[in-house]
Amino acid sequence: MKTRLIALTVAGLMGAAPAMADLVVPNLSYRTGAYGANGTQYADGFNDYFALLNERDGGIGGEIIQVPECETAYNTEKGIECYEETKDTGALVYNPLSTGITYQLIPKVSVDKKVLYTPGYGRTSAKNGKVFEWVFNAPANYWDGASVAIKYLLDENGGDLSGKKIALVYHNSAYGKEPIRTLEGLAEKHGYELSLVPVDAPGQEQKSQWLQIRRDKPDYVIMYGWGVMNQAAIQEASNIRFPMENFIGIWWSGSEVDVLPVGDKANGYKALTFNGVGMDYPIYDDIKTYLLDADKASQGGEHVGSALYSRGMYAAVVISEAIRTAQELSGVSAITAEQLRDGFENLEITPERLSEIGLPDFGPEIKMSCDNHGGSGMARLQQWDATAKQWNLITEFTEPDQDILAPLVEEDSAAYAKESGITPRDC
Amino acid sequence: MFYREAGDFKTSYRSDGQTFPIKLDRWGYYAVLVVAFGIIPFIINDYWASAVLVPFLIYAIAALGLNILTGYAGQVSLGTGGFMAVGAYAVYKLMTAFPDVSIVIHIVLAGGVTAIVGMLFGLPSLRIKGFYLAVATLAAQFFLVWLFNKVPWFYNYSASGQINSPERTVLGWAVTGPATSAPAKYLICLCFAFVLAWVARNLTRGMLGRKWMAIRDMDIAAEIIGVNPLTAKLSAFAISSFFIGIAGALLFSVYLGAAEVGEAFGINKSFLVLFMIIIGGLGSIFGSFAGAAFMVLLPVMLKNLLVGSLGWPTDLSAHFELMIVGALIVFFLIVEPHGLARLWALTKEKLRLWPFPH
Repeated sequence: MKTRLIALTVAGLMGAAPAMADLVVPNLSYRTGAYGANGTQYADGFNDYFALLNERDGGIGGEIIQVPECETAYNTEKGIECYEETKDTGALVYNPLSTGITYQLIPKVSVDKKVLYTPGYGRTSAKNGKVFEWVFNAPANYWDGASVAIKYLLDENGGDLSGKKIALVYHNSAYGKEPIRTLEGLAEKHGYELSLVPVDAPGQEQKSQWLQIRRDKPDYVIMYGWGVMNQAAIQEASNIRFPMENFIGIWWSGSEVDVLPVGDKANGYKALTFNGVGMDYPIYDDIKTYLLDADKASQGGEHVGSALYSRGMYAAVVISEAIRTAQELSGVSAITAEQLRDGFENLEITPERLSEIGLPDFGPEIKMSCDNHGGSGMARLQQWDATAKQWNLITEFTEPDQDILAPLVEEDSAAYAKESGITPRDC
Repeated sequence: MFYREAGDFKTSYRSDGQTFPIKLDRWGYYAVLVVAFGIIPFIINDYWASAVLVPFLIYAIAALGLNILTGYAGQVSLGTGGFMAVGAYAVYKLMTAFPDVSIVIHIVLAGGVTAIVGMLFGLPSLRIKGFYLAVATLAAQFFLVWLFNKVPWFYNYSASGQINSPERTVLGWAVTGPATSAPAKYLICLCFAFVLAWVARNLTRGMLGRKWMAIRDMDIAAEIIGVNPLTAKLSAFAISSFFIGIAGALLFSVYLGAAEVGEAFGINKSFLVLFMIIIGGLGSIFGSFAGAAFMVLLPVMLKNLLVGSLGWPTDLSAHFELMIVGALIVFFLIVEPHGLARLWALTKEKLRLWPFPH
């Protein structure tokens, strides 16, 4: 029985290996588990953009892109399994959409020499390219998000937040804890009072947390949530009649699945975003022609145009632009992961280039370098319109407060470098 | 016919009482050891180490630990995940505080720390048992996870509360950290699994094991014949937690490399290890390994089969995996409530009589 089991596993493994020739961009997605509702949409967007490039342009620079998918269920052990399974198939870059899996992979990718691209999540201090040679997190990271949210609140209050109370409702994990230091630093600078309200994963049960909020009466609530926690929080906020306009989620708390279950009461809820929303972009015509009409869209295209679909697509856009840059730099079309890293370090996505792609004003301008792997960190705010059932962008791209953030990034990456025995590169 | 003991005479108590009294079993055991130590390290690659064998060995150690407590001593525990977290955080604190001391010593010390914590949470077992004890250990699970999430000292005040294992070596070979080779990862886990299984087997055969089993079968009767429930129960908790702590330490330092307490050591871990010993067989060393193999290897195999060979969509196959594994668990437990170990023992009985059953 044992030999048969091994034989079957080996057979399975053999079948799993994709052809080595093309550009391989594995999609470590999750369509099951507690966060499946969010992960599915992101994975669809990620798949579809590469599918569009393959269908419309014949890939990038003449190379077809393969996107083998592997289910992680947001579970770090399965994430490792997926990484090990795909890494020897010529994989160039990983985008696991999980801070937990990112933390596992950061040391591994530097040894295996693979690129790790974590837009808007993962380890914030990976912005420092001197220490994190293989990790990129442009256009924005968690600390940028926290700072942009505070900046928005400053604008709302005429530049003065002293005496205001802000509560942070966060997923009690690495992801949710990330913004605490930033918000504390900003509290010192702007004089607001910060209270911390952790919610244990997965977060359906938040009665006591919102009881505390009702008692403390904060002026604003900032939320770092994911999955079912978001809709539970928005529901509880509406139950205690917390004004939705004063409730701001991070970009991972700003998708349709988070607000739709609450119905009309979610009207006015705000969330950060670093990419555009809605379907008023020329690229959707191409997606319709080449994917939807040809029945080639991921999962039949049921999520096309949703907030998380757009974000998955945006991640694919940045990766494909980096591949293009790498091809130009190296002069070969079948690039390696090392050449892709150089592509990322020299990546420049201008507003003109975004318009060319068919996504005008969709994301901030991205310019990366050897020491800056995080871009400008600009983000904007979106607000939910419950009657039209859509997100509307309400601000322009805003720069975060780098005076506060840069020292924090420096400090945290230095701690990592010391812990792991890394000598920072000269840039 | 294939499996016979004709001519296999025992002439001393010692040979009659050995772990593998049948020659064929003994050879099988030696063969497994030769393959595990002599062949696999030379052919293993990263995928087999990280996705299959290392988790299997680590969970086998955890299952051994829980089997000592639940299978042999009859104390139901749902705190396995929490105790694994104690092992992981203990080894992390030791690794970072004393970087020059060998990681093997740290892992053993982490087991020791867990043993103390386990004993502490085992104290209620002196007054309560069964479901009530299960609830008390469940409290341990939640309390420990909360503690490691709440107190920044445990994660060295890092911004995110994650712990990362730095590189540590054994005899010049890196066994933790990103640069670890597949054979090194595998071998360190294999050595721990081998030694601990050997210790567990001999403990359970000896006086201590008989005391545990007496307590399990009927604690009042055991007390009357002279078993001290205090030492028997607390020793079961201590030794079980020692095993589980080592499993947790290996899980974090060798296998994962970085961990977040709620995700890596949540209540799911407790259930997973409990399922392993129920499916493998309560009160059996072989059962701990069989159960761990069933719960670790089967999903990986099914995934490779459904997604890799048959090309199913990943979400569909993930749901099917859950269904198939669940159905198999139910099936096995209906066919043989005493688990895979009992099934294996029955097969052996049948083969010894074959082709002339009574």
